[in-house]
Amino acid sequence: MSEAIQAAKDSAMLAIKNAADLAGLRALSAELNKKDSPLNSFKSEMGKLASVDEKRSIGQMLNAAATEIATALETRSSEFADNEIAARIESESLDLTELLVQRRRGHSHIVTQATQRLEDVFIGLGFQIAEGPEVETDFNNFEALNMPKSHPARSEFDTMFLEYGEPGSVLLRTHTSPVQIRVMKSWKPPIYAIMPGRVFRRDTPDATHMPVFHQIEGLVIDRGITFAHLAGTIESFTKAFFGSEFTSRLRPSFFPFTEPSAEFDIRRADGEWIELGGCGMVHPNVLISGGIDPEEFSGFAFGFGIDRMAKERHKVEDIREMYTNDLRFLRQF
Amino acid sequence: MKILNSWLNDFGAFGNDAEKLAAAMTGLGLAVESVSIVGTPVKGVVVAKVLRTERHPDAEKVHRVYVDAGDGKELHIWCGAFNMKPGDLIPLATLGTTMPDGRMITPRGILGIESHGMLCSGTELGLTTDSDGILILPNDLKLGSDLFSSLGIKSDCVFDLDVTRNRPDCNGYLGVARDLGARLGVKIANPSGDKTKKGPVRSMKVTIADKNRCARYNMTVMSGVVVGESPNWIARRLTNCGMRPINNVVDASNLVMLELNQPTHAFDAEKVNNGFKIRCARPDETLLTLDGQVRQLEATDLLICDGKDAAIGLAGVMGGASTEISKQTTAVALETAWFEASGVAQTATRLGLKSEASMRFERGVDPHGIDHAVSRFASLLRESCPNLVVHSGGADVKEKTLAPKQKIVNLRVSQLTRILGAKLSPKAISVMLAKIGFVTKSTSSSKSATLKIAVPSWRPDCETEIDLIEEIARHYGYENLGKIVPQSTMHGRLSTVQQRRRDIREVVLSMGLSEAMPNPFLAPGDLVKAGLLEDNAIRLANPLVYEESVLRTSLRPGLLKAMSFNLSHRATNILLFELGHVYPAGSEKSADGLPDEYESLCLVAVGETSALALDWWSQLSSVMGFGAQLDQASVESGYHPKRSAMLRRGKQVLGCVGEIDPRVLAHNQINTSVACLELNLSVLLAETPRVVAAKPVSRFPRSDFDLAFLVPNSQTAGAVLKVLRQAGGSELVDLELFDVYRGAGLPEDSRSVTFRLCLQASDRTLTDAEVTAIRQKCLDAAAKLGAQLRN
Repeated sequence: MSEAIQAAKDSAMLAIKNAADLAGLRALSAELNKKDSPLNSFKSEMGKLASVDEKRSIGQMLNAAATEIATALETRSSEFADNEIAARIESESLDLTELLVQRRRGHSHIVTQATQRLEDVFIGLGFQIAEGPEVETDFNNFEALNMPKSHPARSEFDTMFLEYGEPGSVLLRTHTSPVQIRVMKSWKPPIYAIMPGRVFRRDTPDATHMPVFHQIEGLVIDRGITFAHLAGTIESFTKAFFGSEFTSRLRPSFFPFTEPSAEFDIRRADGEWIELGGCGMVHPNVLISGGIDPEEFSGFAFGFGIDRMAKERHKVEDIREMYTNDLRFLRQF
Repeated sequence: MKILNSWLNDFGAFGNDAEKLAAAMTGLGLAVESVSIVGTPVKGVVVAKVLRTERHPDAEKVHRVYVDAGDGKELHIWCGAFNMKPGDLIPLATLGTTMPDGRMITPRGILGIESHGMLCSGTELGLTTDSDGILILPNDLKLGSDLFSSLGIKSDCVFDLDVTRNRPDCNGYLGVARDLGARLGVKIANPSGDKTKKGPVRSMKVTIADKNRCARYNMTVMSGVVVGESPNWIARRLTNCGMRPINNVVDASNLVMLELNQPTHAFDAEKVNNGFKIRCARPDETLLTLDGQVRQLEATDLLICDGKDAAIGLAGVMGGASTEISKQTTAVALETAWFEASGVAQTATRLGLKSEASMRFERGVDPHGIDHAVSRFASLLRESCPNLVVHSGGADVKEKTLAPKQKIVNLRVSQLTRILGAKLSPKAISVMLAKIGFVTKSTSSSKSATLKIAVPSWRPDCETEIDLIEEIARHYGYENLGKIVPQSTMHGRLSTVQQRRRDIREVVLSMGLSEAMPNPFLAPGDLVKAGLLEDNAIRLANPLVYEESVLRTSLRPGLLKAMSFNLSHRATNILLFELGHVYPAGSEKSADGLPDEYESLCLVAVGETSALALDWWSQLSSVMGFGAQLDQASVESGYHPKRSAMLRRGKQVLGCVGEIDPRVLAHNQINTSVACLELNLSVLLAETPRVVAAKPVSRFPRSDFDLAFLVPNSQTAGAVLKVLRQAGGSELVDLELFDVYRGAGLPEDSRSVTFRLCLQASDRTLTDAEVTAIRQKCLDAAAKLGAQLRN
């Protein structure tokens, strides 16, 4: 009998091995599990066996065969499942390079980029940002800045006046300094402020000048502020913005709204000095215009052009190119 | 102001270290614009004499000049300048000479005739700045001698200084030397005056009618004048300082001006009738000035008149033609005066007659330096007029308006320390100031002392304490004042508005738009071309050009130009934005008298429709938390009337979204649709974003269902959405329009609009009855707008 069992099992195992697909295997499994399947039929013949020992050994043999077949069915079944998913994966193949869509991010204007970098450096130095209108009064733009009506320095500003209000009373601000007056009046000391913005001069455009351009101005007013603090702030800004290999110097100059006044230059690592802007201790008359007592507070101011920073950083040859709004230019940065 | 190193050394032993001198000047605030070398000897250039000149029939632009270079031989030279005559001495660059520009002189000629050298102009030799032909040399030079050594020319250094407005004294050598001397420890001396005894009385009566405009007027008559060329050294100095030598009288006047910052004017004494009167012009008065022009005068012009009240000069600006110095002049009346600055400035500006003299009067001259200037002029003129007689008995009228020789300004030592940070003793301060002629009148060693400082008359700019502090800072050296980083007592950060503005930029950039910066000035008509009205636009009173004479009231005209420009360059994906100010006229009653300037944001895309503009709005509003209703009832002019909407909150207009009006596009050469979104950032950024209080998330199930309506075209989907939201009440936690269908199976005047609704309560599970009731309320509300539920 044991030979017959062995033969039935072998035949079942062979059938499992030869099953063509999952459906065939399922049919085979049903066939093998039938009561009258070759192997199961042996169970009913067990009673015919004479000895207990024989019964036990045949029983064990049958159980082992059944387990073996069940495992084989299971294994074969998962083989079919694996193949099926593998085939599906294969059939789902995609060329991702076909699908990559070039999504273009927009480009911030290089003057905006420069302004934001400058703002961030000064924020790090403890400054806040103040803003003011671009159309200003003659008072804020000149008079309050120690340039009364007949002051000769006014002629250096090439002012653009507007046909608005009293003739000569409303203009396009020639510098960001009128914001100083607004800040002094509305903030009250201590003031650590920068004022970036658009300014206007009646200059014919050329490779280095535009009638509409951008400046950034700084104003510090507190108790005990001295010229050394001005020099220290310029130095600290120079290193933070341009790099630690840069250094700065102040040399005497003249502006009506500051005294002592200075030009400030920065020195590159190669030793070359570059003129950057103007600065100085806020003139007592300007503090008074801003409603601040010059005997209690002192302060300094500084300012320079932003467009030139952008122009030089990106090696733009002609500043007019920055304002053509040509996408071929804008998309480079 | 050009400063010659050699001339500077006449004032003190400054030496010839150009680098050191330039650094010292820069450190004093005398900005050195450039340093150049003049008069470097050119080897091989000799003094030659013109023998004769000759034309060649085949050479039109040159002629043949025969010269003697000292050896009696006749040399032939081709020459393109015709300003010489036989007997003139001229510079000859002999064969083999290397010119300053690197050219080598060779015998190469024209028409097969060689040239034995080259005749030189002053410019070619680096001696003068004008190039009016060949340099004609003084007659006393030795024929054949080396030109540079016989002229005594050594190379010299020219510092070109940018003298600031607050340093009038430095428009003269004396002022520069005084400042430099103080810094470098060099003792300085004034150039010598005329030491010859004064001649007989020749009086000239002077009356000053306008005492505020002329505080001092010195008139000195000098006879024995022979008008001719200046001595070489004077001509060369003037040339090297950028002034043209004219004749010995004018040159002496100019030299004194450069040295002492005191302009003078020489009248032909014989041509002046009966003395002088200084008064303002009368209406309709005219004057023929030296340059041959008839000047129409105004009451603000100060005139020099003769004793018969006839105008003979514009004070401080330009002399008149009638009393001009000529070859026949034998006596001059020298005017040395102090004219009020702003008056001179006004006249010079109005007549466009800015000169070296007017510039100096405008900045301020020293009214007490006049005597020395007269004396210096005489000593210089005497070099070419040995028989010069300086007559006594001239006039020197000093009015009460004359500034004192010294004025006292108080200086608190404590204030100096408070501004500069440096602690200087009263002694150190007075020593430093003494070097530039400021005298300390009171001495004290106390740190709380107030020093009385006498400011000299050549420094009219120094009027207050802070002016003195600046002088001390300059001479102490800015570099010695230290560098301290102040400890800001503020917290450095962006304000909410500034942070939100940056956030907006980020969103816009991430949507693929690039930032344009169009000109805020428009041409008249640009606004109309953009479909806008021009009546609230402000015009510039003094525009650079007519095409840039209107201030923008909207960002659209600039962006339209930018789009059209990029289209003309065949750009694709034209997506642009601008964030900037616009300046519509406000009501004239606004408190500060300024226009209604505000910050605007405008986004545009070529070839796109309002769908994209709405997508931009949707993204911006969701990121920034902006809320607004679309109102299509009336749209901003310049937008497509049927494809745009105002963004409103109640009555307030926040912006506009949609497409540009096709008529506007046609005006701007854009032949496709343009999506546009415009927002008033001054309003939107001023809103403080709400801080949201947390609500517990509902733990109860939600009930979702769709409602598809047949909505007549006359009704907007937005209106249906709005009534559904109201009808749904607080249990309607989500409502979205998710499908619109037009076409087959639907009436032509309607479309199907499907909404997805989600109902949920925070405190219970909604019953079927509750859901049904809310659904019915929604249906009833929609039905009132004519929207029927589809089956």
